[in-house]
Amino acid sequence: MVHLAVHESASGTVGVASLPCPDGQFPAVGRQHPPAQRLERTIADLVGLHPVDAPDARPWLDHGRWPVRHPLGPASAPGESLPPYPFLAAEGESLHQIPVGPVHAGIIEPGHFRFTANGEAVVRLEERLGYVHKGIESLLSGATLERAARLVGRVSGDSTVAYALAFARAVEAATETDVPARAHWLRALLAELERLANHCGDIGAICNDAAFALMHAHCAVLRERVLRASAACFGHRLLMDRIVPGGVMMDLPTDGIKVLRALVAEFRRQFPPLIDLYDNTASLQDRTVSTGFVRPALIGQFGCGGVIGRAGGRAFDARRTLAYPPYEQLAFEIPVLTESDVNARVWLRIREVEQSLALIEQILERLPPGPVSASLNRPGQPREGVALVEGFRGDVLVWLRLAADGTVARCHPRDPSWFQWPLLEAAIENNIVADFPLCNKSFNCSYSGHDL
Amino acid sequence: MRKPLFQNLLRSPLTVAAPAPSERALAELGAKVDRVARQRLGRSLSIREVDAGSCNGCELEIHALNNPFYDLERFGFHVVASPRHADVLLVTGPVTANMREALERTYAATPDPKWVVAVGDCGRDGGVFAGGYACIGGVAEVVPVDLHVPGCPPNPIQLLEGLLALLQVQ
Repeated sequence: MVHLAVHESASGTVGVASLPCPDGQFPAVGRQHPPAQRLERTIADLVGLHPVDAPDARPWLDHGRWPVRHPLGPASAPGESLPPYPFLAAEGESLHQIPVGPVHAGIIEPGHFRFTANGEAVVRLEERLGYVHKGIESLLSGATLERAARLVGRVSGDSTVAYALAFARAVEAATETDVPARAHWLRALLAELERLANHCGDIGAICNDAAFALMHAHCAVLRERVLRASAACFGHRLLMDRIVPGGVMMDLPTDGIKVLRALVAEFRRQFPPLIDLYDNTASLQDRTVSTGFVRPALIGQFGCGGVIGRAGGRAFDARRTLAYPPYEQLAFEIPVLTESDVNARVWLRIREVEQSLALIEQILERLPPGPVSASLNRPGQPREGVALVEGFRGDVLVWLRLAADGTVARCHPRDPSWFQWPLLEAAIENNIVADFPLCNKSFNCSYSGHDL
Repeated sequence: MRKPLFQNLLRSPLTVAAPAPSERALAELGAKVDRVARQRLGRSLSIREVDAGSCNGCELEIHALNNPFYDLERFGFHVVASPRHADVLLVTGPVTANMREALERTYAATPDPKWVVAVGDCGRDGGVFAGGYACIGGVAEVVPVDLHVPGCPPNPIQLLEGLLALLQVQ
């Protein structure tokens, strides 16, 4: 069976369409809707269902190196080795190719980029991903909720809070469990701390890729302060395994509110001068303004979420568009820009840092009393649940089916990067090779979250 | 730009005191680090980071080593862009089947003498991802490992303790 999650922005309706595939195939959505193509290639690789009339029949995550084919479907021993991966062609005079990766020059995740360039100008970029495929969906099948929560919390380490939250909400939807109010508020607190830390790191890292190390150093200090406050309040710098189905693992300690208020105060002192620094450094703006432009029409077509979407005019934020508690009780803005370049993506992160600070202040002010977790209902029969939450990178979706004994029968965590990676190929077109790191960092897509 | 630069001249640095090298790491390294190699390389080591399948959590903490609090370079460690410039490979993650060859080739491209530090619980034995069809397991399944720094992810102090042990072993 294949499932398709849909969202109609005009009416705000969401739904999941399911189609049984008794003859092992399904009509390819990717023919009409290109964003589905890589997902359908993945279904073919992992499950063995064939997308009929798919425009791109190449494998995607399967590099021909696993001991099985179709590990999530009718698993079979691998046959003859896969042929070399055919990259898409670019033809013309004086073109040359630059292969990059999978091992990259920085401290970053692995993936392969195939550039075709004419002198300095990139005429085509094609991504080849799947290097960090860990078989997470297969590990999730049959896992207890406790183990599954740990696994989903490590789909993409930088978004561990968002994934744990999406997983917990999907389990709670499947079991029809109500979570205490205080747990909702603490979850939002964790989510905003994660957003704050990552946005801060990204703003600095983008500037660093334009060789402006000063900004990077200052942003790294702020990021470190968030991680230290997180460790002081919740016992883990990246906040892994803090959100569990039913609530949160721990309450805020007695001095937690003081620690977090001090963190916000530090940001209010240190962050505005950094915004001025970015705004007043012409040589930096020279690199970021108009670089890595993505057509808003393409952003709409791909349903591209997160900073990339909102910097290109797509006003989607799951905290508002498909609001979940406690966000409907909190006052915050969803900043949206239309320039859709690296500069807009920096400014959007700056604005979102400000919003997260305001959210943290409100949560600390109004945190309701009470228990921080509830025991899950046990329906005693198979149930399905789905949840969408806004991580720092965009909307994280988790769909799952629980077996009658309460273990996970199937679970699919979908990273926002699925609909962002393809746009990076569009963003770099006609930019110079040297601006690729800037474009890439302004996207900051996840490899691990995508490769699963 | 001048204002923040001047202000920083007047502030005391944020950098934390160096931790002592981890006893456990010293014990693990004890027999392995060649005295001659140590003399040749002195106290300056170039590090190449290789993500062989990590969730990216370890990378975030390795990044943090370079922030002003931990200031990795004060110890002579320098993160380099190519294995050909490296003395130490810092490898994270369960090694995935799809990254195995890339890791082997990165190791082969690193000149001798060299050390491999496996970072994180996944780097030790595959961690939570062990046992699936897509992961080979810990780093030691693919290349010889001289030192393990456990943690999920290890925090910067734990990473520093491990790396300092590399410099301390005589």
